[in-house]
Amino acid sequence: MAAEIGKPLPVPTLETRPYWDGCKRHELRIQRCSACGHYQFYPRIYCTQCFGDRVAWVTASGRATVLSFTIVRRPVSPAFAQDVPYVVALVTLEEGPSMMTNIIGCEPEKVEIGMPVAVAFEDWNEEISIAKFRPA
Amino acid sequence: MATESLKNKVAIVGAADTEVGVVPHLSATQLYVKAAKLVLADAGIAKDQVDGLITCVSFAEPYMYHAEMIAEYMQIFPRYCMTAPSGGGTTLAIMHHAASAIATGMCDTVLITMADSQLSGLSRAKAIEAMSGAGHPQFERPYGPPIPAFYALLARAHEHQYGTTAAQRAAVAVACRKHASMNPAAQMRKPITVEDVLNSRMIADPLHLLDCSLVSDGGAAIVMTSAERARDFKAKPVYLLGTGEGHSHEHISEARSLTTSAAKEAGARAYAMAGLGPRDIDVAELYDCFTPVVIIELEDLGFCSKGEGGRFVEGGRIELGGELPLNTHGGLLSHCHPGHPGSMFSVTEAVRQLRGECGPRQVTGAKIALVHAQGGIMSTHCTAIFGSERI
Repeated sequence: MAAEIGKPLPVPTLETRPYWDGCKRHELRIQRCSACGHYQFYPRIYCTQCFGDRVAWVTASGRATVLSFTIVRRPVSPAFAQDVPYVVALVTLEEGPSMMTNIIGCEPEKVEIGMPVAVAFEDWNEEISIAKFRPA
Repeated sequence: MATESLKNKVAIVGAADTEVGVVPHLSATQLYVKAAKLVLADAGIAKDQVDGLITCVSFAEPYMYHAEMIAEYMQIFPRYCMTAPSGGGTTLAIMHHAASAIATGMCDTVLITMADSQLSGLSRAKAIEAMSGAGHPQFERPYGPPIPAFYALLARAHEHQYGTTAAQRAAVAVACRKHASMNPAAQMRKPITVEDVLNSRMIADPLHLLDCSLVSDGGAAIVMTSAERARDFKAKPVYLLGTGEGHSHEHISEARSLTTSAAKEAGARAYAMAGLGPRDIDVAELYDCFTPVVIIELEDLGFCSKGEGGRFVEGGRIELGGELPLNTHGGLLSHCHPGHPGSMFSVTEAVRQLRGECGPRQVTGAKIALVHAQGGIMSTHCTAIFGSERI
């Protein structure tokens, strides 16, 4: 956990607290519209498809595929210097929404677009765990 | 939807840049005001004739009411005063707003001055860290993406979908540097080859150092007025023929597509207003914060079909003397990139090209210029088409 000092620590808001509470339990939570069935991430007050207010929290399967990725060689800030090279990726969740993440647990050069991955949580402190993905 | 037309109604009657690159002897605020002084001289007017003022916010010297601060500093008292809160596409879109303000009579003579001191006022490391604030604080920034990483995601997707190569992206950097080598004002003027780009340090795969734009100091300004009043100014007017915007997302993780951008909508709206198409464009100044952006813009603006951008930029087609010379000043890749003002230098270059003032880098007989800018991470787009005459 000490290694994460200085990295941008997410501050949960009224709207995102259920997501971060899920991460703390190592559950990837997204929203599903009870009216039209649309899945969405990041969390919002209304459904982006039907704009209805019946959005409910569900636990995603955690399975996803790599939509695109990059291997970062020059860290964004000194806090990430120990991590280079690291993979920043966009993944598409099985339920539909996309999210940014890091691909961990494999050589960066092994990552490919379309690769199946599964969520793996990294505990940054007692309150915050970050959803990362590793090869499935 | 009502049809918007600003065609032939508004003109740029002044355009000027400060010295750019490494400018340690001027603060950010001084760069804004120096750009203003130079453009007023170009237009041949006194500061009291300005009744509209637009600036962009500065990273190095921020003020809560930035445009009001610059007005106060210059002791001018406009009736229209606006600060653009961000850069890239917004920097150009604010020109669209200024044109609308003139057309509706909100004001007669608008000064747009934009500058920053990203290198000397902030330091390279601080500038890079400040710009990375672009990521979502909860859902992107914890993953450590520097700005080049966001664009690397686009480059990789385009590569995967269309077979675009590193050498093709490099051709964009080579063309910009070639043009910069012919521009004594440019920050980086030593010509480079495709091999130089490919051998430069990898920043965020697949983007090399020379695929990335510069960190700079500098300012640029324009003066706009109605086409009727344009005749009363000293400089040869350049007319706005068409402009349009497209806005698709803020965060790249929310993009509708990684390979097709809202440049498509912005361009279509600008072409429709002007009654022109890509074949009518003599010179293009396209936003080039990273080389893959130019390739996507060329496709989305209809200069080639989707997926063909990589092949389009090969063989000197985008260089002076080629079919579509672009970024004739050197672009953000080689001329300068002080942050938010970036695309203003594209506008001032387009004006100089249409006035025929560019010397060795002049596009012979240039009559129609297209400027495109994007901001965020391919988020907010604006296209503008300018002409040396009304059409």
